[in-house]
Amino acid sequence: MGERKKPTLAVFKFASCDGCQLSLLDCEDELLAVAAEVEIANFLEASRAVAKGPYDLTLVEGSITTPHDAERIHQIRRVSKTLVAIGACATAGGVQALRNTGDVSDFAKIVYASPQYIETLGKSTPIVDHVFVDFELRGCPVRKEQLVGLLGAWLNGRALEVSSASVCLECKRRGTPCVMVAAGTPCLGPVTHAGCGALCPSFRRGCYGCFGPMESPNTASLAAVWTSLGATGPDLVRAFRSFNAGAEPFRRESEVHEQR
Amino acid sequence: METAPPGIRYVLGDPGLPRLIEAVRGAGYRVAGPKVRDGALCYEELDPAEALPRGIRDEQGPGRYRLKSGHDASLFAQAVGPQSWKRYLSPPEQRLFVARKDGSGLRIEPEAADASRWAFVGVRPCDLAAIRLRDKVFLDGASADPAYRAVRKGILVVAVQCTAPAGTCFCLSMGTGPRAAGGFDLLLTEIGEGGPLLVEAGTSEGEAILRTVPRSEAAPGDLAEAERRMERAERSMGRSLETAGLAELLLRRSESPRWEEIAGRCLACGNCTMACPTCFCTTVEDISDLTGSTAERWRRWDSCFTLAFSYIHGGSVRRAVPARYRQWMTHKLATWTAQFGESGCVGCGRCITWCPAGIDLTEEARALREADGAAPSPRT
Repeated sequence: MGERKKPTLAVFKFASCDGCQLSLLDCEDELLAVAAEVEIANFLEASRAVAKGPYDLTLVEGSITTPHDAERIHQIRRVSKTLVAIGACATAGGVQALRNTGDVSDFAKIVYASPQYIETLGKSTPIVDHVFVDFELRGCPVRKEQLVGLLGAWLNGRALEVSSASVCLECKRRGTPCVMVAAGTPCLGPVTHAGCGALCPSFRRGCYGCFGPMESPNTASLAAVWTSLGATGPDLVRAFRSFNAGAEPFRRESEVHEQR
Repeated sequence: METAPPGIRYVLGDPGLPRLIEAVRGAGYRVAGPKVRDGALCYEELDPAEALPRGIRDEQGPGRYRLKSGHDASLFAQAVGPQSWKRYLSPPEQRLFVARKDGSGLRIEPEAADASRWAFVGVRPCDLAAIRLRDKVFLDGASADPAYRAVRKGILVVAVQCTAPAGTCFCLSMGTGPRAAGGFDLLLTEIGEGGPLLVEAGTSEGEAILRTVPRSEAAPGDLAEAERRMERAERSMGRSLETAGLAELLLRRSESPRWEEIAGRCLACGNCTMACPTCFCTTVEDISDLTGSTAERWRRWDSCFTLAFSYIHGGSVRRAVPARYRQWMTHKLATWTAQFGESGCVGCGRCITWCPAGIDLTEEARALREADGAAPSPRT
């Protein structure tokens, strides 16, 4: 085999906490293998060295919240052969999509001494609302095994299998007794997209919905179950309004329980 | 498994079950049995010094399970927990092979079978039936599975008759319990709260183990007490399912509006299929390393409630939840019979208890039957 040119990888950040791209650095055991297979062309959390595009694979973290970012994502799309949105911000607008439920200028007035200098959009939106996205990885943050799996699949030109079924399947495979049934603890697992390996229930906590809505979320039925376990309307609003507040099924369900 | 002549029933002498389990270990088995974990009875490996929990009672209803402790010293005065023995027989995640690419081509290394021989302690009659059904599917025939066979041939079954069925149990309707009819190496019956255990052997291997432990032939009074308890158990089934004509009913009612109604409650989460001891569907997933030189194929429990399950070229066949619930229930109670000669349901009630939304299979069957009677007969 002759010298081949390594494919280039770029990581870009929009409104986010950096947690998802840090998941890539968190792949300690695999990091050297990743560096051996790809040329890291733009990854500011890892290196100041920045190479110009085009990039073979671009990972995008964060949501679009400013007019500037709404422009920048188009530039990035133009220089990316494959673009993958990673994490709850990039795929659903993130926790900052809580702004979508109110008037952003009201929030700006509360938070900033001189809100006139704040240039921001009324809504926090996922990347797919702005440009074509080749693939999405869910999670707050994404799971590093899925990230490495994505790179492995992409490098080898094969499909990545990511289950969009419920967290419950992972929970049952893991052998965790259901926290809702055995302890009466409200859990978002039945309406939440798999991927985390059912982490929270294994610590006797209900699922927080970090991976967003699963493929066919029956949020109304789950809300009825929560209510029978003693959850109130405000509890339900808070539960559906967290990292994936902007995801359509969760947004709709939260509004049902909002008391005005 | 050689079947021994119809068992002479014994009373286990002191110290009872611990001594029997010791003998099972002595015969070369790792022992799995009920253990309290996270508020439920789970089937886990028991350490040599570990005793089975005593005085535990369960309360089971649709979508609800609670354990209460400190009742008395009884060992088996509960029904089944969330897990079933399929965890051991068909592990939730199992590597099938590793493929390596090197200079000479592709090398496939099949996964070596785990050489562990397991003794299952505390297998309930419904789960005996479930194991028998799995054997039917995976030991022979079109779906015979070498990995299943490898595990199964090393299993020793220490069963226990059910004396305290739960609110979601309906094994009596399915003809699988609460009495055990076979499929065990040893069978226990508790005839006092923490008191004596009746034991009988079902195979020559069970017989051989039994011969090594202190025991005395059961007195007529012991047998009468066992019978009294079994009759009481039969009277205290929490639920029932009318099985006469059930398969035909389900097929006839495939367009019933009830399926839509169920889907209003159904979370399509798949918990029922994961908890079911006979549900056997799996998916395979291939993973590869970054360099593409090593790949692995994994088999994982799958569920007919996922979209991917019915995905064929062009999309998923069962996109809507009513179709997915109908598929599960109809397969379990109707088309399973066409496929394997008997119902796929053993009446353990796990799908009722462990459904977060508390959907009750027996209730849904009843509703379909009532509507069937009310509606004009589709047959001329």
